[in-house]
Amino acid sequence: MLKFTRDHEWILIENDSATIGITQHAQEQLGDLVFVQLPKPGAMLQAGGAAAVVESVKAASDVYAPVNGEVIEVNQALTDNPALVNSDPMKAGWLFKLKVSDRSQFDKLMDEQAYKSMIGQS
Amino acid sequence: MSATADIALKRTPLYRLHVELGASMVPFAGYEMPVRYPAGILKEHLHTRAAAGLFDVSHMGQFELRAKRGGIEQAARALESVVPIDVLGLAKGRQRYALLTNDQGGIRDDLMVANLGDRVVIVANAACKDDDEAYLRRALAETCDLRRRDDRALLALQGPTAESVLAALSAGVRTLRFLDVREVELLGMPCVISRSGYTGEDGFEISVPADGAEALARKLLSNREVAPVGLGARDSLRLEAGLCLYGSDLDTQTTPVEADLQWSIQGSRKAGGSRSGGFPGAPIILDQLANGAPRKRVGLRPQGRAPIRHGAQLFVDRTSDQAIGLVTSGGFGPSVNAPIAMGYVTAAAAVASTPVFAELRGERVPVNLAKMPFVANRYKR
Repeated sequence: MLKFTRDHEWILIENDSATIGITQHAQEQLGDLVFVQLPKPGAMLQAGGAAAVVESVKAASDVYAPVNGEVIEVNQALTDNPALVNSDPMKAGWLFKLKVSDRSQFDKLMDEQAYKSMIGQS
Repeated sequence: MSATADIALKRTPLYRLHVELGASMVPFAGYEMPVRYPAGILKEHLHTRAAAGLFDVSHMGQFELRAKRGGIEQAARALESVVPIDVLGLAKGRQRYALLTNDQGGIRDDLMVANLGDRVVIVANAACKDDDEAYLRRALAETCDLRRRDDRALLALQGPTAESVLAALSAGVRTLRFLDVREVELLGMPCVISRSGYTGEDGFEISVPADGAEALARKLLSNREVAPVGLGARDSLRLEAGLCLYGSDLDTQTTPVEADLQWSIQGSRKAGGSRSGGFPGAPIILDQLANGAPRKRVGLRPQGRAPIRHGAQLFVDRTSDQAIGLVTSGGFGPSVNAPIAMGYVTAAAAVASTPVFAELRGERVPVNLAKMPFVANRYKR
């Protein structure tokens, strides 16, 4: 199941694990990324709280946790190659994975159709 | 961006071309300006250092100063009353960096001034040009006529192949050296070309009649060496070159000595010089030239990969709560391939050999003081 947030993050949900990244639209808006700060594995994140930072030449932008959860894995490849987020935002450019306790939070997120409609691509 | 801000924004003569080229347009100093084109800031930056970048800097103020009575010497003497710069000694066909100072020794604006033989030509920052105009009209009312040239656009062509690109339109530009200025015809239009810029690269700034600016820009862009470059890369290029951005690195509270711009004050205006002082803030600036300033602008290289940006506070160690400085410009240097920044620290910290620490998202990141420019400049002297 693939969901989206108003802040242009995608969440791929498999059982109680959620993989999070930023959307194609978001990477286009940000431009070439030169630095990504990822959360620490084991950290407990609250929905809506700052989870990661993606930085272009020009600016730093927060990435928020879409749901509550514990960080179980981060994409270490981005430390050496933040441009993966630009070249493949939905796959190789994923940011972090959460172990999710309350799956009902997923219901508040957008499906792909609703997200595309929000960014004017429907 | 609000609707009302939209209405108030001005456009340069190249607005239509920027949109056609797919630029992201943003508000800057009251203008709708291209921050980047589809290639993106990183590629635009690297292209400028490898070939040639074309920048629209038409938002900057262009002025001409002429003496009411007399010639260029009288205009130069008048201008020396508002800048700590040797204008009188500036030869015909030469350009020089200048500062408009205030009575506290602070900087009202930074300028380029040129001697065109019959007039002094001034280029001012976009955000300051209205204030500069009012100030200069007031300060020089008795002696000079000031003409604002909103009828002219300003293009910058910067990079190692800028010379060959522009020489294809006017072979004579090859003979210009860094900070030479000439009146040159391009595409049949009267232009003023200076061999200067704000990227650390060789290059030119071209003042062109507004109604011919688009034709000139299209002609330059038709050369495969040339790519359009927006304000985003202009900022990263000037930061790598160690050059100050007015409003961030320079302001009315910052003196030329604090800003490490004492090189721009020639001997004739310093203590013991033939025209020592006689500019706003001279007692403070001359004292700091002799005895030093309480703080100093320095180059900064954060350890690690995380950029340290404008507004970050600097500390002597990981725990002290007393800031010793402030980052005024910072980001990622695409040619350095690392984060770079500049800022102000106390005089004591400026000469220390140990790193300082920047506050970044609640943590203290070690930052080495570094010599500027971060990338060696390549001016054709």
